[in-house]
Amino acid sequence: MNLSNIQGVVLTNVEQVPGKTIVEHYGLVTGNTVRAKHVGRDIAASFKNLVGGELKGYTELLGDAREQATTRMVEQALALGANAVVNVRFSTSAVAQGAAELYVYGTAVRAE
Amino acid sequence: MDDSAHTIDLLLLILVYGMPVFLAVFGLVVGSILERRHFASIRQREAQYAKLPIFPTRSADADRSVVDGHLVVASVVVSLDYFKKILASLRNIFGGNVRSYESLLDRAKREAILRLKEQVPDCDAIINLRLETSNLANVHSRKKGIGGVEVIAYGTAIRYRAEH
Repeated sequence: MNLSNIQGVVLTNVEQVPGKTIVEHYGLVTGNTVRAKHVGRDIAASFKNLVGGELKGYTELLGDAREQATTRMVEQALALGANAVVNVRFSTSAVAQGAAELYVYGTAVRAE
Repeated sequence: MDDSAHTIDLLLLILVYGMPVFLAVFGLVVGSILERRHFASIRQREAQYAKLPIFPTRSADADRSVVDGHLVVASVVVSLDYFKKILASLRNIFGGNVRSYESLLDRAKREAILRLKEQVPDCDAIINLRLETSNLANVHSRKKGIGGVEVIAYGTAIRYRAEH
């Protein structure tokens, strides 16, 4: 999962873009996605579940979902004219049986 | 009742009561082998990446100027084996430390941090590390669905200006 630079927008989770100065703030940008697991993965995972350890299918599923949420946030930032998003935060919550929401938010800025 | 009916009854009895026991033993044996292997691999890789420091603070070395920084994210989804799930649910009766979850979350967190480091082996430090744990529905239930815990680690990988 490489989320360091999507469509030329630099992401960081500190208040500044290291090595650059922020010249303009555009405010909050967010992205979310709600994903449900699918049956095939669930069956495979239920076998893996007997012996415990990492459920790779789920790790991948959530990684893809998080990438999609981040891409949505970046698109919002680009629409505002930003070239970086700082103070990025991630959160995950199980909203329904078998579905998880992945939420990502940050501050869109222009850094030079 | 004739003999064949007896045999079928006995088979059903073994199937109904023997299956959970078999699954528990299977989970215990294979699960603990896998866990030991995972911990061995974690220790080995932690030694390998020991020179790349991680800071949960917003800056690491204020005296040195940073030339480059970007976000790194890594996550891992883990679950308990069948035997440990039974142990953990028994724990709910008496209270106290749930050791099976302690070791599970410990290796999940260390694995997530290692995956962060593996993505950026040539940076100087990772700052503002955040670790988050979330429950992917039904961790406590043995019957309904897949219990799982996701651990996500993220931070900003930075490089310092080269010193002359």
